[in-house]
Amino acid sequence: MKFNSLFLKANNELEGSPRNTRKVTCKKCNTANAVSKIRKNYFVCPECGAYFSVRARRRILMLTDKRSFIEHDAGLCSRNILNFPEYDKKLSDAMERSRENEGVICGVGEIGKIKVCIFAMDSYFMMGSMGAIVGEKITRLFEFATKKSLPVIGVTVSGGARMQEGMISLMQMSKVSAAVKKHSDAGNLYINLLTNPTTGGVMASFAMLSDITLAEPGARLGFAGPRVVEKTLNAPLPKNFQRAERVLECGFVDKIVPRNVQKETIEKILRIHS
Amino acid sequence: MKDYDIVLNARRDDRLTAGDYIKGVVSNFIEFHGDRLYGDDKAVIGGIGYVGNTPVTVIGIEKGKDVNDRIYHNFGSANPEGYRKALRLMKQAEKFHRPVLCFVDTAGAFCGVDAEERGQGRAIAHNLYEMSTLKTPILSMLIGEGGSGGALALCHSDVIWMKHDAYFCVVSPESCANILWKNTKKADEAADALALTAKKLYERGLIDKICEDIPMKKLATQIEEQLIKLNKIPVGKLTDERYAKFRNIGYDY
Repeated sequence: MKFNSLFLKANNELEGSPRNTRKVTCKKCNTANAVSKIRKNYFVCPECGAYFSVRARRRILMLTDKRSFIEHDAGLCSRNILNFPEYDKKLSDAMERSRENEGVICGVGEIGKIKVCIFAMDSYFMMGSMGAIVGEKITRLFEFATKKSLPVIGVTVSGGARMQEGMISLMQMSKVSAAVKKHSDAGNLYINLLTNPTTGGVMASFAMLSDITLAEPGARLGFAGPRVVEKTLNAPLPKNFQRAERVLECGFVDKIVPRNVQKETIEKILRIHS
Repeated sequence: MKDYDIVLNARRDDRLTAGDYIKGVVSNFIEFHGDRLYGDDKAVIGGIGYVGNTPVTVIGIEKGKDVNDRIYHNFGSANPEGYRKALRLMKQAEKFHRPVLCFVDTAGAFCGVDAEERGQGRAIAHNLYEMSTLKTPILSMLIGEGGSGGALALCHSDVIWMKHDAYFCVVSPESCANILWKNTKKADEAADALALTAKKLYERGLIDKICEDIPMKKLATQIEEQLIKLNKIPVGKLTDERYAKFRNIGYDY
């Protein structure tokens, strides 16, 4: 992390000081609304209901009880293992842009006073791509949860495996999946919330391995990128393709949960399992 | 040979396919079909037979030989049913205490509307998940192309062998060059950077053995020796070691 970034708040236009009176324009309906108003509305446009993307830390705040979250492995940073061209710069840019060390935040917290392990991915860090450290952090969280018999709550957003780390990042899929299996075999609960977009190697591993799979309305959820599919198909894609609503119809999502009821829904599920 | 030449060479259509390896290595092979859920994917072939005197379950991703055969096998790009068929056969192998042998050769899992809607992501994820604790040895051998998640779905194994002229990669060098530099012509640069050759993967401990061009009989002997060795390990220890093998990837590099 760069020195000065320690003193700065995240630079998402919706983050920063709570007294922020700035306005933000919704990309869908072009209406400008005060940041405070959008925040109170769970980062959903008050005019058209479009979903703004939510940073990982904010997600955790939105889902856990006040002041209950304790972060794990916050200091783990990626290195350019393969000496991949431009990766060093990409990493430092991502750190500066996101004010985070990596694309996932993990830790323990409470939801309705029930202790849980929770991880949230951050689309502001190289599109939430999974490299060795993202894989390592999530694996450690599952191992911790297995040891302590705690449920895991996940919030995924990712473009897939991080190509700058080559096969090491691809094999994180195997590593995390194996840790999820151990956690599950020990009788523990794993709830995952799929958010826009969850694709590629993350979709083809831990995002699809939860006991209970929730999704945000309208989220793009799939394995292959839509452009790649369109190219193979040689025709326009069907409407709603890879959208959460369609993925639910296809049988891969348990429930679509709007933002304002996500915490209470997860809490209800946890309570039934506790 | 440059790394990108290895990729191009691995895609050559006169290479030996999974079917050739099964014919050469497995005797008394009986092919089985279907995933018991939806259909029978022709890109994945599987069944039972012997390697030497050891009964095995063998699974391969088949690209096909001539044009019609390639179309029949969907050019070696599996749909979710293919991965589910593979998993069904592996579970059967677990039940009857047979080791599993996989020959992997695919440019990647099939990208299509149907494949997506039948859960390509879930199918691959579920294979990794179940293979991680499968109570029987698994040996995977990359014989040509190892295209991303579609290849990985058959590689959560106790040992991963790789032909010296095969490649295994997170993304095709062309897509990588396109994403990074908006220029597919820089694929050779991307191929170098991605460290996708058997030699580079072996150096990083991501694969266990590089296989040279040897007669099928000799390969069969080597495979049988390896399977016998794995068969002797108590099942609990075997799955623990499998967990540790993947657990160590990526942090203490």
